[in-house]
Amino acid sequence: MNARELEFTEPERYELYEGPYYHFEITRRDFVQVLGAGILLSIALPGAFAQRSRADRPVRLAQRLHIGADGTITVLTSKVEVGQGSRTQLTQAAAEELRVPIERIRFVMADTAMVPDDGGTAGSRTTPSTVPAIRKGCAAARQLLIDTAATAFEVDAKALSVRDGVVEGLGAGRKFSYADLASEKHAKALERDVAPGVAVTEVAHWRVLGTPVPRVAAADIVTGAHRYPSDIRRPGMLYGRVLRRPSYGAELEEIDLTAAKALQNVTAVRDGDFVGFAAATSFEAEEARDAAAKTAKWKTAPHPSSEELYAHLRAHASSQRPRRDARGTPEEAFKGAARTLRETYNIAYIQHAPMEPRAAVAEWSDGKLTVWTGTQQPSRVMDELQRTFRLSRDQVRVIVPDTGGGFGGKHSGEVAVEAARLAQAAKKPVSVRWSREDEFTWAYFRPAGVIDVAGALDDKGMLVAWEHVNFNSGPSAIATPYAVANSVTEFKSCDQPLRSGSYRALASTANAFARESFMDELAAAADVDPLEFRLRQLNNERLRGVLVAAAEKFGWKSAWKKNSSAQKVGIGLACGTEKGSYVACCARIKVNQSAGTFKVLDVCEAFECGAIQNPANLKAQVEGCIIQGLGGALTEEMRFKDGKILNAKFSQYHVPRFKDVPKVETVLVNRPDLPSVGAGETPIIGIAPAIANALYNATQTRIRSLPIRDAKYKYS
Amino acid sequence: MKASLQFTLNGKPQRVTTEAKRTLLEVLREDFDLTGAKYGCGEGQCRACTVLIDGNPVRSCLTEMSEVEGRKIDTIESLSQNGKLHPVQQAFVNEGAMQCGYCVPGMILSTIALLKRNASPTEAQIVEGLNGNICRCCGYTNILKAVQRAAQLSREAK
Ligand code: FES
Ligand code: FES
Repeated sequence: MNARELEFTEPERYELYEGPYYHFEITRRDFVQVLGAGILLSIALPGAFAQRSRADRPVRLAQRLHIGADGTITVLTSKVEVGQGSRTQLTQAAAEELRVPIERIRFVMADTAMVPDDGGTAGSRTTPSTVPAIRKGCAAARQLLIDTAATAFEVDAKALSVRDGVVEGLGAGRKFSYADLASEKHAKALERDVAPGVAVTEVAHWRVLGTPVPRVAAADIVTGAHRYPSDIRRPGMLYGRVLRRPSYGAELEEIDLTAAKALQNVTAVRDGDFVGFAAATSFEAEEARDAAAKTAKWKTAPHPSSEELYAHLRAHASSQRPRRDARGTPEEAFKGAARTLRETYNIAYIQHAPMEPRAAVAEWSDGKLTVWTGTQQPSRVMDELQRTFRLSRDQVRVIVPDTGGGFGGKHSGEVAVEAARLAQAAKKPVSVRWSREDEFTWAYFRPAGVIDVAGALDDKGMLVAWEHVNFNSGPSAIATPYAVANSVTEFKSCDQPLRSGSYRALASTANAFARESFMDELAAAADVDPLEFRLRQLNNERLRGVLVAAAEKFGWKSAWKKNSSAQKVGIGLACGTEKGSYVACCARIKVNQSAGTFKVLDVCEAFECGAIQNPANLKAQVEGCIIQGLGGALTEEMRFKDGKILNAKFSQYHVPRFKDVPKVETVLVNRPDLPSVGAGETPIIGIAPAIANALYNATQTRIRSLPIRDAKYKYS
Repeated sequence: MKASLQFTLNGKPQRVTTEAKRTLLEVLREDFDLTGAKYGCGEGQCRACTVLIDGNPVRSCLTEMSEVEGRKIDTIESLSQNGKLHPVQQAFVNEGAMQCGYCVPGMILSTIALLKRNASPTEAQIVEGLNGNICRCCGYTNILKAVQRAAQLSREAK
C-alpha cells in the first residue's frame, strides 16, 4: 500500500478485507448470453488495486468492457449504486473517454460472476479509484478503435480522433465505429488484451465529466419499474421470515415447530440458532413464525442499558494498546501553558436506517447459488455465503441491483445467508426482507463513543498543546487539522454493547464534533471570534479555502456577535477534512427561551473535493449529508435496555423530515487542478458542531453530546 | 379468514380470494407483481407504500384487503401512459429529485394527491403536505423543487 492509499483507507472499518485470492473468469459464452454478441475487452486493473493484492499474485487483467454488435457499450464494475450517484458518475467517465453519448453506455454493476473486482463501495473510494480505472480502460478502448480503423484504412492513427462513437479523419465516405470494432471481421484481430497506459482526457478538455449530467435510469425510478433487491421476483419464489431472538444475547433453549409445519405449504427450518419459515406469501410465513415463537423458550443474558452507556465504554476500554499518535512534547506544553481546558463529549449509537431494509432473494440450481441482495460489499457477501454453505467460488454468484440506501450500513450479508438457507430447505427461490424493527435491532450501528479533549493556549491565545482521546467511536479524522506543535491523539477500542460498523464518514463525525465544539470553547476562552480563532491556527490552504468560502457566503463577519446575555438567535461554525476532501459549515439557530427549545434556521456549507465531476450530483450529496447530519446532530439515538432496543421504529426514532429542513446553501469549491475525491460522506461532519456552537452563542449553554440536547434545551 | 374481493386495480377489474387480513401492500407486491409501492416501516410512518384509493393517498401497509372491496386502486405503475411520463414524474426527473429513489414512488403519489387538493401550494403547504413521507437519503431540497415544478407543469397541462 502506498502512502496515498493509506491516507484514504479507514483502518477501523473492520470489515475491510482483501479481495478474493482466486478469480474464475466467466466464459465468453456466458457473456454472450447476457450481453449479446460483440467483443469483450480485458484491461489491466490499475496499480492502486493491484498493490492491495497479495504480492505473489500477478497483476490481473479484468474483463471490463463489452462492445455489442449494435454499438452498445457495456462497462463492468463491482461498485454498487445505493443512491450516491455512482452509476451516473461512472457512466460519465466512460462516455468521456470513449467519446460516445451517455445513452449508449450501460453499466453492469456488482454482479460477481461478470465484473472485475474493484472492491466494495465504501470509504468514498469510487471517485478516486474506480473512476480513474474506468477512464483508463475506456481511453484504451478508444485508442483500440483508432488503431483498428487506422489499420483497416491504412491511414496514420495520429490523424484520427473519435466523436459520437465514430472515428473522424478517415476521409470522405469512410466510416468506422465501435459497432464495426465488434463486427466479425475485426473481432478476430481483437482477441487480445488492451494495454494500459493510454492517457485520459485532461480536466480542461472534459466535455461530459464536470457537467451536471442527470441521473441515469431516472425514468425507471419514477415509474416504479426499477427492481430493488426487495422487488426481485423469481418463478415459484416463496417469501421467508426469520425468528428473531427476543433480546441481545438470548439463547434458544427449545422450540416446537409442529404448529408451524402443520400450516399448509410452509417450510420451517431450525438449524442451530437459525429458525426460519418460507411460504407462498409473507402473511403465511409470518403466521408460521408467530405460531412457532409461542413455543420458544429463551435463556436471556444481562446487557448494559443506554443509560449507563458512556460509563460502560470508559470502564470497558480494551486492554490492547491504544492507537496513539504524538507530536512534540504535549505534557510539558500543557504544564507551561497560560490556560488549559479539558472537556468530555458523548456520542450516541445511531442507525443508518436506509429506506429499504436488508433484502435478498436466493435461488439454488444444480448446486449453485445465486443471490440478489442489497449490499455495499458483494465480494464479502459472496465470501460469507461460500463459508456458510461450504461452496467454491464458482458456485456462488451475488448480484446487487441498485439498492434503496446504504450509508455504510449494508456491508454485511445476514439476509443473503437467511434467504439462501430457506431456499435450500424449500428447494425454491426465497425472498427475505427485514422488517424495520429487524433493521433497527439486528443491523449494526454507528459506534457510540466518549471523547476527551484538552487544549492549551499561550498568553497570546494561540494553541500550544492538544489532546484528543476517543473511546470506541473510531479514529478517522482524529488528528487535528490545526497547527499545533504539541499534540497527542489516542483511539481506544472498547468492549461495547451494540454491534457496530461503518457509517457515512464514520468516526469523523464524532471526532469533528468534539474537536470543533472544543475549538469554540477555546475561542471563547481566548475571547476571539471563532472564525478568526480558527484561521489563526490553520495553515492548511484547502481547509482555509472552504472555511472562508462558507463564512463569506453566510455573512459570518457581519452576523457574528459575541453573546453577552441570552439572545434569541445564535450562529456557529465548524470545519474539517476527511478522505481528502474539505468542509466548512455555518449554522444559525433560533431559541425559544421560555420553552427551552431551539430550531435550525439556516445552514451554509462549503465543500471541496478536487475537480468536480458532476456538480448536480455533488450538490445533492452535500445537501443530503447536511440534512441527514441533522438527524445525528439533533434527534437520532438508539435507546436500549435489557438487551432490547427501545425505539426500533420511525415513530420512536426521529429521522429528518420535510419540516426539519432549514434553508440550505452550498458553495461547491471546484479545484480542476486537483484530483477528484469522493463526496458522499465528508459533507456530513460539519453540521453537528456548527449547531452546538450556535446554541452556545445564543444561550451560553454548552451541550457536549450527540444528539445535542440537555435538561435545559432541546431541538423541536 | 379468506375472502373473495373485487376491486379495480390500475383501471382493470380484479377479483382475488385471499386472507382478508393481508395488507394491500403485500398483495400488490406479492400477488400482482406491482413492486412500485415499497415497504419502509409497516407502521404508517414513511409513506413509501403510498397508493391512491379512489384518488386519495393511502398507506397500503396499514390497509387490510377487507377494506378495498369495491374500491379503485391506482399504483405508481399506472401513471405513465404509452411511455409518456406523468407531469409529476417528469418533474422529479427534471429536478433530479432522487438519490436511491426508494421513497420516490410514494413521494410522487403523495404529490399528485397534494396537487389535486391544491394546484398552487406554497412552500409551507408542500412541507406540511409531504411531512409524512420520509426520504432517508434526505434529498428533500430537490424533492421540494420537483413538487414546485410539478405544480407548474400540471397547471400548464390544463
Ligand atoms: S411502509 Fe407504509 S407508511 Fe411506511
Ligand atoms: S431517495 Fe433514497 S430514500 Fe429518498
